[in-house]
Formats: sequence, C-alpha cells, structure tokens
Amino acid sequence: MKTLTKLLASAALATGLAGGAIAQDDPFQVGFVYVGPIGDYGWTWTHDQGRLAVEEAFGDEVETVFAESVPEGADAERVIQQMVLGGADMVFTTSFGYGEQTNAVAAQFPDVYFEHATGYLREHDNVSTYSARFYEGRAVIGHIAGHMTESNIVGYIASYPIPEVIRGINAAYLHAVEVNPDVEFRVVWVYTWFDPAQEAEAAQALIDAGADVIMQHTDSTAPQATAQEAGDVYTFGQASDMIQFAPAPRVSSIIDNWGPYYVRRVGEAMEGTWTQSDTWEGMPEGMVVIGEMSDAIPEEVRASATAIMEGIQAGEYHPFTGPINRQDGTAWLADGEVADDGTLAGMDFYVEGITGEVPN
Amino acid sequence: MIVDPVTLIVALITISTPVLLAGLGELMVEKSGVLNLGVEGMMIMGAVCGYIVAHQTQSPTLAFLAGMAGAAALSFIFAIVTQFLMSNQVASGLALTLFGLGLAALLGVGYEGQPIPDVAKPFPEALREIPVVGPIVLSHDLVTYLAIFAVAAIWFVFKHTRAGLILRAVGESHDAAHALGYKVVRIRVLAILFGGAMAGLGGAFLSVVYVENWVQGMTAGAGWIALALVVFAAWKPGRVLFGAWLFGGIAALQLRLQAAEVGVPVALLDASPYLVTIIVLVVMSSDRARAALNAPAALGKTFHASG
Repeated sequence: MKTLTKLLASAALATGLAGGAIAQDDPFQVGFVYVGPIGDYGWTWTHDQGRLAVEEAFGDEVETVFAESVPEGADAERVIQQMVLGGADMVFTTSFGYGEQTNAVAAQFPDVYFEHATGYLREHDNVSTYSARFYEGRAVIGHIAGHMTESNIVGYIASYPIPEVIRGINAAYLHAVEVNPDVEFRVVWVYTWFDPAQEAEAAQALIDAGADVIMQHTDSTAPQATAQEAGDVYTFGQASDMIQFAPAPRVSSIIDNWGPYYVRRVGEAMEGTWTQSDTWEGMPEGMVVIGEMSDAIPEEVRASATAIMEGIQAGEYHPFTGPINRQDGTAWLADGEVADDGTLAGMDFYVEGITGEVPN
Repeated sequence: MIVDPVTLIVALITISTPVLLAGLGELMVEKSGVLNLGVEGMMIMGAVCGYIVAHQTQSPTLAFLAGMAGAAALSFIFAIVTQFLMSNQVASGLALTLFGLGLAALLGVGYEGQPIPDVAKPFPEALREIPVVGPIVLSHDLVTYLAIFAVAAIWFVFKHTRAGLILRAVGESHDAAHALGYKVVRIRVLAILFGGAMAGLGGAFLSVVYVENWVQGMTAGAGWIALALVVFAAWKPGRVLFGAWLFGGIAALQLRLQAAEVGVPVALLDASPYLVTIIVLVVMSSDRARAALNAPAALGKTFHASG
C-alpha cells in the first residue's frame, strides 16, 4: 500500500510538472501532441518541423509547446487537457488514434482551436481535421518499386489496418503492377507506428521471404538499416526523407510537409478567421513531396516516375483512375472513372491482384 | 510458400539476444535476493551510451564497454538507494526505469541517425556460407555468442563454485549469510552492477548492431520481457535461454507467416507470445511447492545488518 501511494504521488508530480511547465498569457500558445519521439526522423519529426515553421513565421507572437511519445487512447486525453490548462490556445494532435480524445477535450474548451491529423471526427465546431494524400506519393514510389524489383516480390511493412494504410498499399500496388505484371506484394502488419526493433525484424522477415524492395508505413529508419545490411534491397524514406540511407538502399522517399498548413491555420486562429474544416491536401498543394530519386534508379525509370509525379502535381492524373476492380473481382471504378474522396477515406478493401487479406 | 526454417532460426537467435543478456543479468540480481525492476531503464541507458561512443570513437568494442558502464552506473544509483538507504526495491526499480528512459532521451539528443561503424562478424564470410550450419551457427555477432556463453558460465558459477553458493545463500537468507560473515550488502551491490552491465550490453547490441540507430524509447518494453523471462525460467539460466528463444521464435515466426501469406489471423499471432506466457506461468504455478522452492526466499526483502 505504501508503495502504491508513493507511485501515485510521483505520477501526480510528474503530470503536474509536464502540464504546468509554461503558462503565459501574452503570446498565442500552440500545443503539439506527438505519437513518437521528435527524433524518430519520420512522422513525428516532420510534424515538429511544422511546429518550427510556425515559430519561424510568427516569432515572438507565438509560443509552442509539445508532448512527445504520447500513447494513443485514453492517456492522450489527459495530455491534451493538461496542455490546454497550461495555456494553449490551439492544439494540433498528430496521430489517428487521438480522434475521440481530441473531441472530448474540445467539448470542454469551446474557445480553444483543435486540429486533428489524419482523423475524421469533428463533433464540435472548434475541431478541424487535416490529412495529406500520402497515396499520391505511394503511386510514384510504387511505380519505382515495380521497376526495381527483380524477384518480383515487394515487401510492405504496414502499421494498423486503417483506411490510410490500406489506401497506400493499393496505390503502390496498382502502379507497381502497371509496369510489372508479375509483381507480388507481401504485407506484414506490425501493429505499431514506431518500434525500431519490430520494424527491423519485419523487414528481415520480408527479405527472407524473397522481397528485394521494401516499403514501410511505419516511422523509424530501422527497416532501412536492415535493408542496407542485407544488400541488394531497395527502400523508400517514409514521412521524412531518410536521406542518410541514400543512394541505396533508400532510392526515394515520401516526405510530409506540414509547415505551410500549420502556419496558415495558426495565422487564421490568431486573426480570428479560423473556421472548422476538413483539409485533405497532397502533391498539388505541396503537402506531400517526393524525395530526390537517387542514381540507383535507372535514368528512364526516374523520368517516368517524374512524369507521374508531375501529372499528379498538375492535377491531371489521379492515382485511383479506373478500370480498377476490388480484390474479390467486383468492379469498383469503371474505365476512366476517378475515385471519390468518400470511398478513399473509408477504404477497407484491397484492389484486385493483391493476394493477402486485410486483417479485421 | 512456407517459412524457411534456417532464416527463422537465425532471426530468432538475433532477436532474442538483447532480452537474453538482460534476463541473465536480472537472474543474477534476483538470485542475490534483490528485485530490480529497472531493467528497461538500464537497457536504454546501455543503448544510448553505446551509440554515442560508437559514433564518437568509431570503435564497437568501446561502444559495448560504454553501454555496459553506462547501465552499470545507473544501476549503482539503485544499489545505493536500496542497499544503503534501505528503500523499497519495487518503487526504486520502477523509478530507475522512468529515470533511465528520461536520462537516455536527454543524452541522446542530436545523435539520432548519426553514422556508426559496422560491427564485424567474428567468422569469415566463407564459413558463414556453409549451408545450414553456416547461417545458424557461424553467422552471428560476437555479442550473441557472448550471451550464449554467459548462460553456461552463470550456470557453472551457481552450480559448481563457492562464489555462486555464497550468492545464492545471500539470496535465500541474508540473515543467515550475514551471521556466517558474508558481506551481504557488498555481494548484492556487485550483483546489481553485474545486472546493470548485462542489461547495458543488451541495450548496446540493440542500438549498435541490430537497429543501427539511436531513437528515444527504442527498447520498447524489452526490459519488461527480460523481467518476465526470469520468472518464466524459474530462476534457472538454461531456461532463460529457452524462454528467450521461445519468445524470439514466436515473434520471428508470426512476421514470417504473414510474409508468407499463411491464413492465420494476425491478431492471434500478435497475441501469441503473451498467450504462451500465460500458459507457461499457469503450468509452472500449478505445482505450488516447486515454484516457491525456485524463487530466492529473500527476494525483494530489505536487509538491515542490525536486524
């Protein structure tokens, strides 16, 4: 019992310290809740770059605070609440699993602006959601992967079976199989966004299963290191450039660029012109960027990948353009038809040709 | 397509190395009658210290030594607090984990993704390419061989040496050991430092060899698995090895079954290590008398010389 009391006391002390760290009234305070450490060189790092962009843009007028490695689920609510109680006027929650918690806190503080990344819940007027069309980037690297694989097996490290991840697998597969009809995708679900050891092991398992190109929808650089060690395996940077693994194994990357959106929204909130929105931007707006394609990619493939990239950037090409069938063979998109955002946002099925099953 | 057993075995041996090292260290600590729940914190200290030194000196040997030293230094705090200041071991151990995670994150700022040297494997390429035997037996890193050697060494020390007997005596009844003139506190402090060094080596293996990067929170619960392993193994070194390989094997197998597109529900595969733990713990504890016999009698109890 004594132990328990001690534990509770220290826990209470810890939260008190974290929450009440900075509480000033003058500058507009913006809080960021991160799912991983800012040093992950992936997802969270890119959001933190966005935070730094906000600081740079507004200087002394804003003050930013952040909390790293906040678990998705109930605990997040406490962290968000502490942030608001600590003086935050606006909070960005940067992972899918913070949706309910963000809305719960938003209900308690109607004067605070909330922005939830990759989510869909907007139960209150002061909650906006935003996401990037990562699948546009997946289309480009899928095209490269289809060309680069010699074993015709592409390994895919997937995090959770949610629409965003499934969409990425589909987009990558469609553009790989377009240039290489024999390509097979092997998907391994690791049920984590960030666990370097687990990601490394998943990469090794895929390499052992014959994959010579590895894509990841997890946040650490561990799969890149595993591929480097194995040799003759190609990878793509995820969320951030992961340029330290170029020119090989990392041959290109999908980079998230949150800065412009964060600066815009913080500016609107400060001016009082902020309104609830559901933003979904991609390569045309610059929220998704393709990292430099290295020399390991043959010249003509670089050219064709660039053509796809420019098509998407110009708004001329949609990665989900029919004819596309669902995995079970039923028609999804007719010839020339383009996927609507509603179906994409709730995508819970593989397209025809992918052999695995979406876990439920 | 089926799972290739050779690569599976290679993978499970590699994956289990960090928890095996940390588990063996904790075994020694618990055998001396001390329960140190700070394994996770010590592992991450080993990971960060090893990585920093690997980057600064470009020497893997120094990196491993630094990992061991860093974690041992952290465990020394635990030793002072529990052995000299008589604090509660459970609370101190948990605090050590929290402190270690925070301190490691602080020390590691700026080191993420910095280049470190490749760690050379002890056996030449030609030997490693022998079919079956090459990859399974000869393809590992020196630290992995060290870990397996440590299993035998610790078993030998417990079973056949006077030092091992004294350590066990301290763990079974510190009062009796004290009455016989053994320095209970000194022996326990040494055991705690050894446990720290082993956890640190496991952490350094993770950052310098396996992931080849430093990231905050990278041990992701490996320290807790190491703690569970010791109970799972009923405080026997050989069974720690078995348990580590079993856990590693399940982790490696479930990913490979997925990669091979075998139609097993992923959620079940993901939960399988925990299911196995529960089953084994139930089987073990069904024989109450034997389970109680295996646990060191003075485990977690504070020793006071005047008492």
